[in-house]
Amino acid sequence: MFETNYDVVVIGAGPAGLASAIEAKKVGAQKVLLVERDSDLGGILQQCIHPGFGLHIFDQELTGPEYAYRFIEQIKPLGIDVLLNTMVLDIHSDDNRIYAVNQEKGICNIGYKSLVLAMGCRERTRGAIAIPGTRPAGIFTAGTAQRYINMQGYMVGREFVILGSGDIGMIMARRLTLEGAKVKAVVEIMPYLTGLTRNKVQCLDDFDIPLYLKHTIVDIKGRNRVEKVTVSQVDDHLNPIKGTEWDIECDTLLLSVGLIPENELSRRAQVKLSPATLGPIVNQRMETSVKNIFACGNVLHVNDLVDNVTVESRVAGNYAGLNAIGKNFLIKKVAECLPGDGIRYIVPQRIEVTDEMQDVTLYFRVKEPARNVTLEILSKGQTIARAKRQKINPGEMEKMKIKASAIDKLGHELIVRVAEVKG
Amino acid sequence: MQKIFTCIICPVGCEICVTGINGTIEKIEGNECKRGIAYATDEFLNPKRILTTTVRLEGAKLPVVSVRSDKPLPKDKIFDCMEILKKTKVKAPVAMGQVVVENISETGANIIVTRW
Repeated sequence: MFETNYDVVVIGAGPAGLASAIEAKKVGAQKVLLVERDSDLGGILQQCIHPGFGLHIFDQELTGPEYAYRFIEQIKPLGIDVLLNTMVLDIHSDDNRIYAVNQEKGICNIGYKSLVLAMGCRERTRGAIAIPGTRPAGIFTAGTAQRYINMQGYMVGREFVILGSGDIGMIMARRLTLEGAKVKAVVEIMPYLTGLTRNKVQCLDDFDIPLYLKHTIVDIKGRNRVEKVTVSQVDDHLNPIKGTEWDIECDTLLLSVGLIPENELSRRAQVKLSPATLGPIVNQRMETSVKNIFACGNVLHVNDLVDNVTVESRVAGNYAGLNAIGKNFLIKKVAECLPGDGIRYIVPQRIEVTDEMQDVTLYFRVKEPARNVTLEILSKGQTIARAKRQKINPGEMEKMKIKASAIDKLGHELIVRVAEVKG
Repeated sequence: MQKIFTCIICPVGCEICVTGINGTIEKIEGNECKRGIAYATDEFLNPKRILTTTVRLEGAKLPVVSVRSDKPLPKDKIFDCMEILKKTKVKAPVAMGQVVVENISETGANIIVTRW
């Protein structure tokens, strides 16, 4: 068996893996390895050929591949090693080793001082949301269709209905229209858009594609290929309303109904997962519940902006690098971050107070859309931070900073909440 | 003529209503800040978009390569540009930023490769 050892091993070479590997190297880790199952670096950004990436990090609008390339071009000059076409099979966290396999080397046994989980997420499928009907060809997740069209040059249909108003679904609606297909409807079960507003404007409104909120698909018809889908209005409990159904003829149904962090390996390593994010529970250094294992990007929680992934992954890479060169933190106190009124989840889930504190940014999602609200961070009955928002939306991640100087004021827990809704 | 735009400059997403005729604006309503006026004016008079798509690639692992316009082009030219790009073929190897079509459809924008 091929055996080797590294200071930092990163699983996954998408935006999270690339940024964390670069940061680990820059902070002083000597040997850094990226392990990627695809034949190229860049992860999902390779197929996201639309613009809209990098507005926050690079202050310009890049496409996915261009954004990825900003990082990819640093890998070789920095001396970061890469294993492509390599699937990680297992993590043995008790002796700090991973097992991976590729066609060239066979099984590889790789030791690490720090391990970064950056495996990303996968799409929810028809099975996950249990749509009734026949099982014809022509049903794709939006991301699968995106890869076929943008990378393989293969058009997957002519007349489309898209279920779910997630970003990939809306972006695919535009892409399909440009390629000459007809997108007849985007159907969303919730009373609000689940993706970003700018995608509705530039992908749906620009091409007069109708969006049906509070609607779902209750039947798929067709023997060999999809022939039509049945759309129905839903009530406040998301149950279909009888008598409101109508059929839309189409040959293809795309599903953009959510993403699930891909944590099979994390489970093998006994990393504790959060039921709210479905990703590892981490502290502000992006360290998981298992010693020497860090996590960042969509494996941790599903992000709507890659810029946020980069920021978070730089933190993970920095501390993974420091951990690998023997840096220890003396923990004085732990504050658990608890979601209060109107908040679905918070990342990181815990703050470890040490003598070397830096500002901590909390990322969180709200439960419902609202206007003119105040977001608050409270601890021991005191307000640690406050921020006004004209509009909040579950589809758009919120963030708030806790200043390093305020960390000492924290008790054993802090609460983030939506405080006031005016008018 | 009246047109309603959802402003995408910030997350507030104001619904801005523009009234006007033949390339002149009479009234802009519904914006909560100044940036909304600029956005709605552009959208009403001369809406532009970055175009991203793929072109055929010969002699490489993948059969297509991603491209984009190097500046925003008029929205009503997008399908004309797509017609040209459907017939465009490039030979590998290609480099990031390489020009594939110059001044596409007289828009002043070049189409460039976005893949390494």
